[in-house]
Amino acid sequence: MNAPYRLKGMTGEWEVVIGLEVHAQVVSNAKLFSGAATAFGAEPNTQVSLVDAAMPGMLPVPNRECIRQAVRTGMALDAQINKWSRFDRKNYFYADLPQGYQISQLYHPLVGEGTIEVLLDEKDEGSVRRIGVERIHVEQDAGKLMHDQHPTMSYVDLNRSGVALMEIVSKPDMRSPAEAGAYLRKLRAILRYVGSCDGNMEEGSMRADVNVSVRKPGEAFGTRTETKNVNSVRFVMAVIEHEARRQIDVLEEGGAIVQETRLWDPDKGETRTLRSKEDAHDYRYFPDPDLLPLELDDAFLDECRKSLPELPDAKRRRFEMMGISAYNASVLTAEVETAAWFDALLSNDVDPKQASNWVVAELFGALNRLGASIAECPVSPAHAAELLRLVADGTISGSIAKTVFEKMLESGDPAGAIVEREGLKQTSDTGAIDAEIDKILAANADKVEQYKAGKQQLFGFFVGQTMKAMAGKANPGVVNERLRAKLD
Amino acid sequence: MSVDTATVRHIARLARLQMSDAEVAAMVPELNNILGWVEQLGEVDTDGVEPLTAVIEQKLRLRDDVVNDGGIRNEVLANAPDAQHGFFAVPKVIE
Repeated sequence: MNAPYRLKGMTGEWEVVIGLEVHAQVVSNAKLFSGAATAFGAEPNTQVSLVDAAMPGMLPVPNRECIRQAVRTGMALDAQINKWSRFDRKNYFYADLPQGYQISQLYHPLVGEGTIEVLLDEKDEGSVRRIGVERIHVEQDAGKLMHDQHPTMSYVDLNRSGVALMEIVSKPDMRSPAEAGAYLRKLRAILRYVGSCDGNMEEGSMRADVNVSVRKPGEAFGTRTETKNVNSVRFVMAVIEHEARRQIDVLEEGGAIVQETRLWDPDKGETRTLRSKEDAHDYRYFPDPDLLPLELDDAFLDECRKSLPELPDAKRRRFEMMGISAYNASVLTAEVETAAWFDALLSNDVDPKQASNWVVAELFGALNRLGASIAECPVSPAHAAELLRLVADGTISGSIAKTVFEKMLESGDPAGAIVEREGLKQTSDTGAIDAEIDKILAANADKVEQYKAGKQQLFGFFVGQTMKAMAGKANPGVVNERLRAKLD
Repeated sequence: MSVDTATVRHIARLARLQMSDAEVAAMVPELNNILGWVEQLGEVDTDGVEPLTAVIEQKLRLRDDVVNDGGIRNEVLANAPDAQHGFFAVPKVIE
């Protein structure tokens, strides 16, 4: 059990209470209510229909795929799926919102309560925390404003206007920056496994509104603030630390926390008030009269459920059942591409534990050096499996395997061909090994004397010299055995 | 339920409507009349009656996930008071 996260103040210890509202862009070809494209990076206003531009008389028609993706996401979070939900209008004026309202779901969201399990320590299944999910609803994204292109004008690009978002609202269940970070990383992993959001935080496909309050442990929740549109795990954790400290300072000086929207300034590393107008939150929600209630049938839900892949928790537990360490299993399932690569490796008849150690140590090390992602890995799972089998059956030694792997990364050739071509096969030929050992012992007569006089650690020296003389190709087991026979 | 001049001013502000004091004063009884009329509906006993979401028997239709719209920038920008470099251009909305 980890010690609870506490912040020290002048009046004693404080507990921080955190809830996250994550906006995740749904993976779909077309927008939530129109047939315009959603691709990132298009020329301004080229992916805009008259619906997205809110021309009079245009009517929204929901995209089945966006609904399906939100339902699949809900199922992946083990959440209640509401077969009857409804769209509401959230009314406000801003230059990036041509309708003057956002179509969202306040009163009857598509997805109800669910759960996300996070591990605070990857090595320890006992560090698991269950964070509640309050709801998921679908809604429209707004357009994009650019303020730096003209001295007196703002430019509006409506390409994002109407793109489908899932708003995934957690319960106020998190108690430390680390828990919030783990929740966000886990949510991102699940979304990417499911394929409902690409999780690309740099491109804004996932952003979080961070709700923070502080209290003395055991007391009622304090007043919270909401810091909007935070776009990285690191920033979310920084917002929590900064905002909790700010609130403690205010309260300890006898002040009160104002429930308000704040903005994270990554350059200054602080939050500041975004707006505190008394009518800022007067959204006057009401059911959208352009849209009938959304009713889903069992066939639709069955298809959603059947299309779900194996999820990170299930995959991690399956890996652990195979004898893979908790840490390796956690690392190998954190990203969907890594997990897929490792599953492909396992399907090639390798020892799971040995394979997991090799991937985490050798493959990840190499990819780091190359600055490549696993998707760009020059070595295929089948070729990697061949390499592991050559080690397992004694054809090559572990150290030669590293050399072969380097050559595989350079050439993309299979391991067997490289071993054959370069003559790297391990030898257990005692004749050849004995011959080298005899030469080494003769050349180092003084060290042999010292060894026999009790300097045991010199044994490693003889092993090293023999391996060197054999160009690394001698079977280490045989070398050990022959040395013992001659020295002891 | 009824509204006073403060509420009318608040609603006007939310709707970005500029109203003179005289217009606000005239609007108060007008809105209260409408509210009173709507409140009469509360006199009907609706216990056990499902809310009516549409007057015709129809379900929400969904569209396929196909890109069949967009690529009409000129039409989209045609009515804009100002457009520059393919963007809508509006008075700067940030300090």
